Amino acid sequence: MKTRILISFFLFFLIAGTTISSFGQEVKEKTEPEGKFDASTFILEHIADSHEWHILTKKNGENVAIYLPVILYSKEKGLDIFSSKKLADGNEYKGYKLEEEGDLQGKIVSVNKEGTVDEKNLPLDLSMTKAVIGMLSAAIIGLLLFLSLARSYRKSGISYPKGIQSFLEPVILFVRDDIAIPNLGHKYEKYMPYLLTAFFFILINNLMGLIPIPPPFGANVTGNIAVTFVLATCTFFITQFSGNKTYWKHIFAAPGVPFWLLPIMIPVEIIGLFSKPFALMIRLFANITAGHIIVLSLICLIFIFDSLSVAPVSIFFVIFMDFLELLVAFLQAYIFTLLSALFISMAVQENH
Amino acid sequence: MILLENSLVSPGVGTIFWSALIFGLFLLILSKFAWKPILSAVKARDEMIKGSLESAAKAREEMLKLQSDNEAILRKAREERENILKEAREVRDKLISEAKGKATVEAEKLIEKARAGIENEKLKALSEIHEQVATLSVDIASKLLGEKLKQTGEQAKLIDNYLKEIDFTKN
Repeated sequence: MKTRILISFFLFFLIAGTTISSFGQEVKEKTEPEGKFDASTFILEHIADSHEWHILTKKNGENVAIYLPVILYSKEKGLDIFSSKKLADGNEYKGYKLEEEGDLQGKIVSVNKEGTVDEKNLPLDLSMTKAVIGMLSAAIIGLLLFLSLARSYRKSGISYPKGIQSFLEPVILFVRDDIAIPNLGHKYEKYMPYLLTAFFFILINNLMGLIPIPPPFGANVTGNIAVTFVLATCTFFITQFSGNKTYWKHIFAAPGVPFWLLPIMIPVEIIGLFSKPFALMIRLFANITAGHIIVLSLICLIFIFDSLSVAPVSIFFVIFMDFLELLVAFLQAYIFTLLSALFISMAVQENH
Repeated sequence: MILLENSLVSPGVGTIFWSALIFGLFLLILSKFAWKPILSAVKARDEMIKGSLESAAKAREEMLKLQSDNEAILRKAREERENILKEAREVRDKLISEAKGKATVEAEKLIEKARAGIENEKLKALSEIHEQVATLSVDIASKLLGEKLKQTGEQAKLIDNYLKEIDFTKN
């Protein structure tokens, strides 16, 4: 046990060390032109989605990155698929350009024949960005994990849990016994696939986001608002579609409310329909993004102070935060699933 | 406001599209090929455990019942045995007492008979003795008469005294 702890500490230092050294190169590049390190730009760039997966910047300023596919659609030019390498370093390709400044920073814009940016006519960007690749990797890992788990169950028949089962089954049972059944009662079985999928999708993405070795780790997937938007939308639709008579009656004609209050109550209830999944979306996004920001800020301290003596303190706090983030990764997956189950249960509960 | 304008909080259409696609497929594949077999296996196991526990409890109950039945049967058998023994003892005692009674009666009868026999014999012996005494006395008398016939009066008195002394009448 002691050796295991030692090894994990060692690994953490190693990881933190390599992360910092690769950051160091980048930071140098960033600090050179202005002479001063801009932590907020650096952090936001790391958290934001991008068309390339940056790994490190060499001493001579060359970028080592994985260039991801860009998929664009616009009315005039139709569908275009090409590598984002073509757009690297501000290059123009097929009349498209990666905007580097201003409001549209990080977005792909069309360029007119005159060479000016057409700000009003943005192409539809369906590119497989860093978040998409990270999410895809998480989904593949999840599929491998759970399909092999299913196979092991089919093989072993009715038996005690062993191997991968003993590792994953408690988590599945936790979702069933502590999230689904207490909220949904005997109707839980219908919603188990969604709850389990959401739980593990968020959990795997959260955990992968904590590992600072790219790729496919370290992408800020669950800290991307589009991803949490999709997840919250799923909960929203499942809730509305499984809503029974009692549920809709409570919204449009809440029992016990005087009729003259209804003009106020109905809009409030309708806002409530949307605010619940909205809160889900923001909660997950904000928690994971905040975690990434804190870890990156702590590492940035070294470059802000421009002193190696800050490094031990910084690394110590990063390790502490990583442990905290490990807890948050589980906690946020749990909370999202729990609240989804709660919202669904509100929609399906019987008249009482 | 700086944050709101940032791409960080404005969901990109492409990312939404890909997230929906990936999450949808993930959900679909997992529900069909993973959650279904896993949950049914876990449920089947839970039910089997529940069933086994229930049947074990039932078996235990039945065993207890059997045990109590056995005890009842044993107790009954013991009672019966005791009853039989008691009855046997009673019969024996009765037989013994009956036998005893009969034996005493028989014995008394025998004794009675013996006594009657003895009485008869006694009477016979007495009458014989009477006769012998009479003859003996006659003999003695005749002898005495033969020797001392002179003193007749004295002799007669003597004989009478003798005879009086030996009172044969009392039987």
